[in-house]
Amino acid sequence: MKGFTASELSELRNQFPALHQSVYGKPLIYLDNAATTQKPNDVIDRISEYYRKENSNIHRGVHYLSQQATSAYEAVRQELARFISAAHSHEIIFTRGTTESINLIASSFGKLVFKTGDSVLITGMEHHSNLVPWQQLCKNNKGKLLVAELDEKGEVSLDQYKSLLNLRPKIVAITHISNALGTINPIKEMIALAHQKDIPVVVDGAQSVAHMRIDVQDLDCDFFVFSGHKMYGPMGVGVLYGKDKWLEQMPPWQFGGEMVDQVSLQETTFNQLPFKFEAGTPNVAGVLGLGAAIKFLYQTDLEKLGTHETTVLNYTLEKLNLVSGIRFIGNAAERAGVISFVVEGTHPSDIGTLIDKMGVAVRTGHHCAQPVMTRFDVPGTVRASFAAYNTLAEADMFVVAVQKAVNMLR
Amino acid sequence: MTIQEIQEQIVSEFSVFDDWMDKYNYLIEMGKEVPRIDERFKTNNHLISGCQSRVWLHAENREGKIYFTADSDAVITKGIVNLLIRVFSGQIPEAILEADTDFIEQVGLKEHLSPTRSNGLVSMVKQMKLYAQVYKLKQDN
Repeated sequence: MKGFTASELSELRNQFPALHQSVYGKPLIYLDNAATTQKPNDVIDRISEYYRKENSNIHRGVHYLSQQATSAYEAVRQELARFISAAHSHEIIFTRGTTESINLIASSFGKLVFKTGDSVLITGMEHHSNLVPWQQLCKNNKGKLLVAELDEKGEVSLDQYKSLLNLRPKIVAITHISNALGTINPIKEMIALAHQKDIPVVVDGAQSVAHMRIDVQDLDCDFFVFSGHKMYGPMGVGVLYGKDKWLEQMPPWQFGGEMVDQVSLQETTFNQLPFKFEAGTPNVAGVLGLGAAIKFLYQTDLEKLGTHETTVLNYTLEKLNLVSGIRFIGNAAERAGVISFVVEGTHPSDIGTLIDKMGVAVRTGHHCAQPVMTRFDVPGTVRASFAAYNTLAEADMFVVAVQKAVNMLR
Repeated sequence: MTIQEIQEQIVSEFSVFDDWMDKYNYLIEMGKEVPRIDERFKTNNHLISGCQSRVWLHAENREGKIYFTADSDAVITKGIVNLLIRVFSGQIPEAILEADTDFIEQVGLKEHLSPTRSNGLVSMVKQMKLYAQVYKLKQDN
């Protein structure tokens, strides 16, 4: 599969108004896509169109606007089910984002399967969002958090993972792609290994869903969660996919409007899936914007996009390697999206501050993955993360900026 | 010199730089000259929260005046700490407590530094004033 042609890439970039601006008088080079991607016009327009023409509360009104908004909202649920190849659209629950999705699972699925003294298995590369909820679940139930450690390259040892599975954790929670290292975990294999012991698996897909095609039935994961804003969609909307056999059994998480069936002052019966998990007025505009983001990804072609990003990533790695004293944190054989590094004799935040003045936006710090920083014994890293619209020319300018910063700091 | 006079001096020093690189090079040089905190004080007790990099700050009272020493693992941060030390070190607690820090904006640091670092800067000033407050209370008693 080939990446984008030059004209395809420039057409694609033209869809993103935020990319076409200067900061401190320099053209913006946006390499903080693992934090959030920029938004194409179609997403921005869809949100404003909703507020201009369709704004109404969904699932409640008999009036025209409410019906229009409800059917648009539910259509996105169906598109999302198709997008990740879910068996049913009621397996798609809208949330505020990955963090809320994981908290919902830890709380509700936790109540269903986790008993006092049980354990949860995670990896050493989890984002705090896929660590702290499980840590709290274990803590509140006198349980144990099991951690599959990382090797020097930033990969999980499958042998250790297997031996931890022998301790019979009740839940396995793993990231698909590490936000701090870029490592792609072999999740299909990891899920199959867990299933051999009947252990359900939660996959944090926040960093993968915008970079590769996801097929939840092929992966056979029990849960798959992601955020809209890291896949060209709006902030404040995310997805929880769960197999319906689990979602049916799970108790509701939050209580209120929409998620109920019959309410008396003494007793309440709850609505069916997916509404059981969507209490209160949802982020309708966000969901519609997410629908536009999916359309954008279909049009862009995820395979082509993946090839293009890999080209830019490898090119950047090769060029950065020439900076003296550079140390890459994370050298996994299978990687995507992210380059994390430190440079001898400099602090990541100093590099970040200086290249910001040259128009380059990167993230510095611990990337909400402090255990990863501890594992590699660094205070933090500089992280460049890529999206469909990044170019080789931007990679060149980024490397020049880093070199210039390092020269100033040494 | 009074706090006000030192601040004016710093503003005039920075006014000769017309590009950000010179300004940052100067900050980096200042970072290298920070009055260094004694190694035994580089503990969690002396760490300032709110900074992306680690900053340790220590204060001591000599004849009614407060003297600061510090360190950081990031050199630009160290430069900013040194600016603050130049302004506040050797002053009496009352003067430190009353001082404003407008000079930070005037030298273009508050608006040009990233928000996390800016917050760190605010935390540094807060910590210095806290030391002044404590020493003032001790004196008053």
